[in-house]
Amino acid sequence: MKRLVDFAWRLLPFACAILVWYAVRWSGLVPPALLPPPHAVFLNLVQRIYSGGFLGDIWASVQRVLLGMLFGMLAAIPVGFLIGWNVYIRRFFDPLINFFRALPPIALIPLAIVYLGIGETAKVAILFYAAFFSGVIVMYEGMSQINPLFIRVARTLGATDWEIFAKVIVPLTVPHVLTAARVALGVAWATLVAAELVAAQHGIGAVIQNASAFFNLTTIYAGIVTIGFLALMMDTALRAMSRRFLAWQERAVQ
Amino acid sequence: MNEVKVQFRNVSKRFDTVEVVRDVSFDIREGDFVSLVGPSGCGKTTMMSMLAGFTSPTSGDVLLEGSPVKHPGPDRGVIFQEYGVFPWLTVEKNIRFGLDLSIRRGVPKDKKKEIVERYMSLMMLSDFRNAWPKNLSGGMRQRLALARAYAANPHFLLMDEPFGALDAQTRSDMHDLLLGIMQAERKTALLITHSVEEAIYLSNRVLVISARPSRIVEEIAIPFAFPRNKDLLDSAEFIELRRHLRDLVMQQYARQQALK
Repeated sequence: MKRLVDFAWRLLPFACAILVWYAVRWSGLVPPALLPPPHAVFLNLVQRIYSGGFLGDIWASVQRVLLGMLFGMLAAIPVGFLIGWNVYIRRFFDPLINFFRALPPIALIPLAIVYLGIGETAKVAILFYAAFFSGVIVMYEGMSQINPLFIRVARTLGATDWEIFAKVIVPLTVPHVLTAARVALGVAWATLVAAELVAAQHGIGAVIQNASAFFNLTTIYAGIVTIGFLALMMDTALRAMSRRFLAWQERAVQ
Repeated sequence: MNEVKVQFRNVSKRFDTVEVVRDVSFDIREGDFVSLVGPSGCGKTTMMSMLAGFTSPTSGDVLLEGSPVKHPGPDRGVIFQEYGVFPWLTVEKNIRFGLDLSIRRGVPKDKKKEIVERYMSLMMLSDFRNAWPKNLSGGMRQRLALARAYAANPHFLLMDEPFGALDAQTRSDMHDLLLGIMQAERKTALLITHSVEEAIYLSNRVLVISARPSRIVEEIAIPFAFPRNKDLLDSAEFIELRRHLRDLVMQQYARQQALK
């Protein structure tokens, strides 16, 4: 029963959003041609999935996000460790990382196209960039917050340097890895669509771009809803992982 | 007289321009329970840190079984006021932590299990073996820290205001629990505390430490036999000793205040 109530609570905001959507359409404030109703968008989505190869587009986008995230996090974790661990490395890299992080990855799309062409490599490279710089900063901020008391305790119990790393530092870093992944995921989705809008044959962004050329608003909405849904699913998966691995953490809000 | 285990010989320590400890000398003998009592900020913790191996003296020597302390080691278990229990490990795994390190590789598995069970039950934590530290009270966390330290089988127990964060009743319970486990397995102990009563109740020697820079104002042998219990607190000798020590500490406290 409690599960059912929880589930209902999760659906409620979306149900309300759809109602607002209908309300705006029926109110006559917006010309009907400019705002397709939710059920038309839903039908469009179903129809595209069955006939138009939309699943292929979804897969193309998801694959890019996952690859960019994977490479980005694989680089961000060790670099974050290094920077968080040594104050000189940190002092050197901190300004650089802040500079590159402040650059919107979208601004690099033209460069990526020049150097890497318009293939998959360019898109994954842009996503790598986005995921890396947003993830690395979370990682090393987290590393520098590790309480030295735990390291002292481990030392007095007889831990070697390696054991302190593996049995104290690593477990304390897991929460930051997961937070970094969540931040990187959000940035990666935002960047992906921009990259696909500019140059892509496949992918949800490309579908939206093509639809806009024909002023096909229903398809544009279908693409947008799909992106939101996928990003939400991935974030939910990461949050479930956090709950599983971080049951030990104290939280202000349960 | 038991064998001398620890010697502070003309130990001084300064951090930059602040002189924290000045020319301190004393011995700790096998089986001693020595308390350092003094005003906060006077440098007691620094003295303990030098024995623990977290920091070294600016001049003089801290000798452990005759040779200078260089780094922390499993022969010296440390209990901190902030507990220092590992939040990512359950109660049972916290106690196991020291046993699973490479230095204890030779200990058979069932022996380790037995050690964990023993201290978990001595510290009344068996019912909470799978609990996360976040769900434990302050007193339970400190019991956990004590169980973990004992499981690593140190020769010395160094305690830095271990009960300072606990309420009066829990603190009083912890005193008896500590006396109990010390009775069962004697460790040579050094306790840092503000509480004159705590120092007298637990120790066989109390050193009163001056305002900064730390020197030893007076060394007092506590004449009461072990095992001790709460009745001791009401005895005339205890009250008299407490008054004497409190006067000494309050004088130093006033001097420490004047420094600020």
